[in-house]
Amino acid sequence: MISGAEIVIRCLQEEKVECVFGYPGGSVLHIYDALFKQDQVKHILVRHEQAAVHAADAYSRSSQKVGVALVTSGPGVTNTVTGIATAYMDSIPMVVITGQVPTQYIGQDAFQECDTVGITRPCVKHNFLVKDVKDLAVTIKKAFHIAATGRPGPVVVDIPKDITAQLCEFDYPKTIQMRSYNPVVKGHLGQIKKAVQILQEAKRPIIYTGGGVILSDAAPQLAALARKLNFPVTNTLMGLGGYPATDRQFVGMLGMHGTYEANNAMHYADVILAVGARFDDRVIGNPDHFGQEKRRVIHIDIDPSSISKRVKVDVPIVGNVADVLDELHKLVDSGFKANPEVANWWKQIDEWRGRDSLRYKQAEHIMPQYVMEKLYEVTGGNAFVTSDVGQHQMFAAQYYKFDKPRRWINSGGLGTMGVGLPYGMGVLMANPEAQVACVTGEGSIQMCIQELSTCKQYGFPIKIINLNNGMLGMVRQWQEMFYSKRYSQSYVTSLPDFVKLAEAYGHVGMKIEKPEDVESALRKAFTEHKDDLVFMDFIIDPVANVFPMVAAGKGLTEMILAEDL
Amino acid sequence: MRHIISILIENESGALSRVAGLFSARGYNIESLTVAPTEDPSLSRMTILTRGSDEVLEQITKQLNKLVDVVKVVDLSEAAHVERELMLIKVRATGKDREEMKRMADIFRGRIIDVTESTYVIELTGASSKLDSFIAALDAGLILETVRTGVCGIGRGDRILKV
Repeated sequence: MISGAEIVIRCLQEEKVECVFGYPGGSVLHIYDALFKQDQVKHILVRHEQAAVHAADAYSRSSQKVGVALVTSGPGVTNTVTGIATAYMDSIPMVVITGQVPTQYIGQDAFQECDTVGITRPCVKHNFLVKDVKDLAVTIKKAFHIAATGRPGPVVVDIPKDITAQLCEFDYPKTIQMRSYNPVVKGHLGQIKKAVQILQEAKRPIIYTGGGVILSDAAPQLAALARKLNFPVTNTLMGLGGYPATDRQFVGMLGMHGTYEANNAMHYADVILAVGARFDDRVIGNPDHFGQEKRRVIHIDIDPSSISKRVKVDVPIVGNVADVLDELHKLVDSGFKANPEVANWWKQIDEWRGRDSLRYKQAEHIMPQYVMEKLYEVTGGNAFVTSDVGQHQMFAAQYYKFDKPRRWINSGGLGTMGVGLPYGMGVLMANPEAQVACVTGEGSIQMCIQELSTCKQYGFPIKIINLNNGMLGMVRQWQEMFYSKRYSQSYVTSLPDFVKLAEAYGHVGMKIEKPEDVESALRKAFTEHKDDLVFMDFIIDPVANVFPMVAAGKGLTEMILAEDL
Repeated sequence: MRHIISILIENESGALSRVAGLFSARGYNIESLTVAPTEDPSLSRMTILTRGSDEVLEQITKQLNKLVDVVKVVDLSEAAHVERELMLIKVRATGKDREEMKRMADIFRGRIIDVTESTYVIELTGASSKLDSFIAALDAGLILETVRTGVCGIGRGDRILKV
């Protein structure tokens, strides 16, 4: 017989969990004691529970493994909610273990009590409150199973303190069967055959792929199929790296800040092959405008509820993206005749490409686009780029060409500012030798800046690229364009001296103010200071905007281009 | 369109809040909801009366199926089914109204299940529209209290919702 706390740790060991991100507190003291007595599962002590969940999230994004966070009851839990919701929106597999007050105190407004299951219910794939120590191991097994299968997502396991003290036999189930949970893996062959037929007829096809390709590790399958078909490929923000960005068939990211060629190709396509993407509002713009063109849509997704949710789908294929793409490829290999008109479509796409919609003008200030281009050069395109949310995120997505999946780590669905730095920590725990660049802004970085301390403790050599324009740039851009330049609360005064701040935490700080210093600073950071966390404060053009831009409510082809202004 | 959704769900604490939370979070409406354990006490059966277009209903059933605790979902109104609702209604029953109330209950095949000197409690079962008609047929001033269970329904013949 072992204690509930020991069962928790044994379960983590059985699941081959290498590390958990967490923060101790009263309700999880037994669990932390059990953690102390072993060294198989490492623990990363963060400075705020939100960061623990973000780090676990990025650990998963960058490795495909399930991320694990451990926090105490009450405020420990409420601090994780943003991180859980972030992972939920991007379908990231994660298990969050939360302490709870002892069973007999639940509902009595005990110290550090909150209704964890109630608070997290709308932003988890599933959650559990463990009421009996005999259920503990099987519940944790279920949590890992649910988190990682089907459309992945975060699962919360809430464990009252008394349960962690009680003794029980430990028996970890090898497999788990749940009558209410049986996600589909294989696509329907009849539907896949229909899809092949439509792809053969397509005159103006496009392959539109999202985070599902990354989550199911389907990048090789996608590349093989796309090359065979010779169709253009566009990625959503979440799908970047799913198809090599330097490949000729790649037309760039689509959507609100997508390229001219990607948005036009998506809009005017007569056949869309949607793969693990969900026609999000930031992707298709105004749905009525998008619906004006006649087209046929093939949609591969593991989640039936993503199909025909925002755009009507002609051929739904429910299944794991990698499996379905394999099946599709097999059928395509056995006698696929592409429509000869696709050649004309490519001519049209190349004409759109000729607009060079990501072109920007150099100025006396450092241009943020330039920093991203140099970052790409200096890291040889091999870095893991974590980002926060705002203009810098879009610049990174547009100018850093991701050739590999799981290298672009950002909050796409929820759009959570502050994730970048803890994301870097999670990436480094999963990929200890990786080059990690955290692209951020002076607004976002301050939302989780306390993690500089965690980075010092564990020696995370993250390179922070702070695109500092002294403005909440994306807010300012909208205010400039749609609110007659009334810059309500988008201007950040009293910024800290980031160089001194980095130094105060024991890191290296650099301030870069001239375009000619950008490259050398980056090189220095990635070579001389390879093993240090370097905070690079780039003082950039305060009014640089992100283009192309599809304004809210506008159609996908109604883009504002930099050249229009 | 009016739809009756039947759900088999694991009989666990919080199951109801998962379903109710889904409806409120996604802006679907619930006109009535009934829930109780089935003959297998590990399963609850829930019946939800909702309204929405075909697209909305498709999303509702897909989203319900996505809940980890949900075992099965059926839109009963898609095919032949029977539906019933139970109402208890307390009415004033004095003087000439006393006889009138008895007669009305008989006409609607209701049963008087509680009697005092001045009130009756009438039990009435049927389709929701029948309960509505009964209420409409009474003098509003005589109705003291009503309580309705909400709709529950079951498929006809071989249509069986079971694990």
